[in-house]
Amino acid sequence: MRRFLLAAAIICCSGCASLQSQDQLYRDLGGQRGVENIVDGLLDNIAADDRIFDQFKEADIDRLRSKLIEQICAISGGPCTYSGDSMEKSHDGKHITEAHFNALVEDLILAMEKERVPVAAQNRLLAELAPMRPQIINR
Amino acid sequence: MKAWVRGIGKAIGLLIAATTDFALAEGSATQGRLLATGGGSQIEGTAGGGIVPLAVLSGYGDVGQQGATAFVSRVQVDDYRLDVFGAAWSWNNRVEVSVARQELYLNTLATALGVPDDTIAQNIFGAKVRLYGDLIYSAWPQLSAGVQYKVNEDFYIPAAAGARDDRDWDAYLAATKLFLGGALGHNVWLNGVARATRANQGGLVGFGGDNNSDREIVYEGSIGVFLNRHWAAGIEYRQKPDNLSFAPEGDWRDVFVAWFPNKQWSLIGAWVDLGDIATLEDQRGWYVSVQGSF
Repeated sequence: MRRFLLAAAIICCSGCASLQSQDQLYRDLGGQRGVENIVDGLLDNIAADDRIFDQFKEADIDRLRSKLIEQICAISGGPCTYSGDSMEKSHDGKHITEAHFNALVEDLILAMEKERVPVAAQNRLLAELAPMRPQIINR
Repeated sequence: MKAWVRGIGKAIGLLIAATTDFALAEGSATQGRLLATGGGSQIEGTAGGGIVPLAVLSGYGDVGQQGATAFVSRVQVDDYRLDVFGAAWSWNNRVEVSVARQELYLNTLATALGVPDDTIAQNIFGAKVRLYGDLIYSAWPQLSAGVQYKVNEDFYIPAAAGARDDRDWDAYLAATKLFLGGALGHNVWLNGVARATRANQGGLVGFGGDNNSDREIVYEGSIGVFLNRHWAAGIEYRQKPDNLSFAPEGDWRDVFVAWFPNKQWSLIGAWVDLGDIATLEDQRGWYVSVQGSF
């Protein structure tokens, strides 16, 4: 048991982002082209998702698309700077629930699967996005 | 056979009551929690792995939603077989209630003891409350508290073995945390449980005994990794009391593989080592569990 836990701890540490080059995740997502495809896939999935479609009815989709691309590029270590509103500001008054949040996560995962992003890179991107949840839900 | 039918009837009745009374407007496919985050159904009916509870609640209902599960499981070791079936319902990702029926087949032991009883059945009524956090998103692990009220229906052999009571409750605290990308980019979960119990072999051999009849704290844990979002593998360990001088009781452990093809179904298979059970040594074998989610 102790040996197993030690091995688990070593494996966990080897997953630290600090041991990899800074744009590793961006490259694993497929670079700029990959990120664009993922966001396009995400928007397609949202458009077909009854659970959250209404949340986006009044959104400027072109602007949303470019800001999402920018944000995922920046957060994954790509050569971009996010220029959009804060997460708090862009979600204030939208009453996004825990379930809405997860629905979007599912739509994003499906978009990444369609783009054949490796599972490890999918999880790293989700790990980068997860801390934003309190800035998004129940506002 | 009759007991089977009665038990299944009970479980299905509960499930139908839960689903119709509260008019589930949404199926599990559209429910809010992510795939596999309801776990499987452990042998006492609550959300868990095979033998150890998790802090998560059954099904896929998130805040403002509900979820229900039904399951059948079988454990087959050298000299025993355990069949379990049951159901659980959870609300608002806050409260879970569950019911399970266990039927233990013990031909070898019955023959050795020269008694006609070759089955022991037990009903388990459970409740679990999420106290804090979220499996994935909170900084600290999701924390839940639960109780299991267990009623042993065949107390003849347990009484002969020295057990004091045919019914009793367990209470437990469970803490579970999933680390996104935690091991070489794969999602990993750690789970720890502290349980206050007097149960012998989970209650199948009654509660309390001649060595010890007090409630004591035992520890349980599981650790696992998702290969992708549909497949996971891990290990579980469950410490047990040792109340009966008639036969020393060992801890349980298993190695499992879980498959979550979608939010409707899950399948868990395991290799189990249940140690010595009622004088029969080194009980090892397999476990399989199918869960439907609604």
